[in-house]
Amino acid sequence: MTSVTTDAETPDAAFVRRPAPVRTFWIVLAVAALAAAVFASVAIGSRHVGLTDIWRALLGHEDTLNEAAVTKRIPRTILAVVVGAALAMAGAVMQGVTRNPLADPGILGVNMGAALAIVVGITMFGLSSVTSYVWVALVGAGLSAVFVYTVGSLGRGGATPLKLALAGTATTVAFVSLIRAFILPRGDVSGVFLSWEIGGVGGASFGSLRQVAPFLIVGFVVALAVARPLNSLALGDELATGLGERVAVTRAFAAIGAVLLCAGSVAAAGPIIFVGLVAPHVCRLVVGLDHRWLLPFSAVLGAVLLTVADVLGRVVARPDEIDVGILAALVGAPFFIYIVRKQKVREL
Amino acid sequence: MSALDTVTAVVRGRHRRALRRRAMLGLLAVLIVAGFLVTLTSGRTYYPLSDVLDVVLGETVPGASFTVGELRLPRAVLAVLSGFCFGLGGVTFQTMLRNALASPDIIGITYGASAAAVFAIVTLDLSETGVSAFAIVAALAVALLIYLLSFRDGVVGTRLILIGIGIAAMLNSVVSYLLSQAGQWDLQEATRWLAGSLNNATWEQVVPVAAAAVVLTPVLLAQARNLTMLELGDDTAAALGIRLERTRLIVIVGAVGLIAFATAATGPIAFVAFLAGPIAARLFGAGGILLLPAALVGALLVLVADFVGQFAFGTRYPVGVITGVLGAPYLIYLIVRSNRSGGSL
Repeated sequence: MTSVTTDAETPDAAFVRRPAPVRTFWIVLAVAALAAAVFASVAIGSRHVGLTDIWRALLGHEDTLNEAAVTKRIPRTILAVVVGAALAMAGAVMQGVTRNPLADPGILGVNMGAALAIVVGITMFGLSSVTSYVWVALVGAGLSAVFVYTVGSLGRGGATPLKLALAGTATTVAFVSLIRAFILPRGDVSGVFLSWEIGGVGGASFGSLRQVAPFLIVGFVVALAVARPLNSLALGDELATGLGERVAVTRAFAAIGAVLLCAGSVAAAGPIIFVGLVAPHVCRLVVGLDHRWLLPFSAVLGAVLLTVADVLGRVVARPDEIDVGILAALVGAPFFIYIVRKQKVREL
Repeated sequence: MSALDTVTAVVRGRHRRALRRRAMLGLLAVLIVAGFLVTLTSGRTYYPLSDVLDVVLGETVPGASFTVGELRLPRAVLAVLSGFCFGLGGVTFQTMLRNALASPDIIGITYGASAAAVFAIVTLDLSETGVSAFAIVAALAVALLIYLLSFRDGVVGTRLILIGIGIAAMLNSVVSYLLSQAGQWDLQEATRWLAGSLNNATWEQVVPVAAAAVVLTPVLLAQARNLTMLELGDDTAAALGIRLERTRLIVIVGAVGLIAFATAATGPIAFVAFLAGPIAARLFGAGGILLLPAALVGALLVLVADFVGQFAFGTRYPVGVITGVLGAPYLIYLIVRSNRSGGSL
């Protein structure tokens, strides 16, 4: 059976808990980076604009083309920030719940579950609004999360990283081929779906933001509320129970929070892979393993990552845009491989 | 006395299993030949078996010469050959990595071919032969990359699978990007290729696949014994005198070669590489050498799925959609089962 020991499981004391000033420093730095990324996202695009245009647009003017362009960039920036934060926090929670360094909404097939549900909704029930997408995505994400986790934890050794990742990938592959079968006879749907599937924040509007906001807010709150119990969970089920933690309840709430976050972001921006993997790992290096710090910090860093990826996508292929989901995967996959290589993986 | 009894029982059991294996192999072969003949004779127009045989023997029969000789025959041959290659390549990986889920379509090798083919179609505008060559080279390169990336004091199966998954995710996003940039015409061609289809099968496509099958099948079959040793686990295999890395490298190159040539000709036909092994294990009982059984199962699978896709529904579905829809639930069932029993085929 696989046995994977991460460095995180046998940490030295300094690694577990960084001194408070260090953590505060990094948080401040991350927030500053987020501010810079947000500014860049509003300022940079295929049309060059000046500072005054940005200022006037932020105040609500929309008189010139430049100001209108900036106004278009505002909801998109907000969406990138929110989705990045949601995915990163969902990833951090999932890694905590499954005690698995490779957990990520994309890898575990949760995103594709939401995608399949949305495709079924569009083709069979004629859904067309973002609100209905959210509900359907929620069901799909929830079911596939439960399914993949159950399947991955069957058998000896429980939910090992290998079994979870394989169960997630195999489920993803199965879902993709079902999706293909659903949209193949429907030429009209396939175009809509293809652009949604790639994952993008380009089509954002305040309307669609408002639709997913309640789900995300509840998700954030639930996730932050389980931060402390997650710390005990990291010690292992037996020890956590011994410490008076109700393990099953914690698991359930953490899963609900993660699923809400995933479903909300998938419905708004399509399945974006690897953000939920990269951000928490980087955060663990700088703030340590305490979930009370880890979760908010992951959210900030995830927001930075996705916003920067979005800006890069606009700059790299001017005047074309590369969708943020594609850039996230291209950057995230090498990181995933790096984590896999770093682990002491024993042979099956 | 009782020891002698045990020995006879073992010998008898071995004999019985060998018989059963031979009978099953024979049955599969008969089914493939039967399916082959059915696809040749029936379709939009029906040609009697005698006409078909005449065409196969090289005589000119009005009507049948074109329909059977130019359309159905290459298609059926390609179906059998590609299914054979997918099945053999897939089961080799599954046996080597000791995990039914570790087939080439899941751990990124097929994605390498797909990404390259889409790139060749959309960006480079290559001809059909160019696309094939490009896909073959890319599949081999991606396999090599996965192998090298998972090399750290030797290659561990687990790491190879996980890194393959990471590479697959990356290549998948490359494919999405290329598709989003494609023009309408290229998009259609690329999606058709990605779905995996035997439409437009020609003799020019058949030849390279046949060559690959002829050259690489003996190589893999010769390694079959070493492969079963690998299945015991790396340490045991090494203790039994297997040169791990050498065996692994030969086997990987052989299996990837088969998969790459077949994929280049037909596109990635979903799940055939993945399904053939477990089905063969069901039919033949686990424990024996599954290479040849899985190859035959793969051939039969593609042949039947293509026939069903062509004629069972109003629209003509490409074979990959049929195998995909049939394969997805089975895949999910298999994950559940294999995880519960704790591992390999």
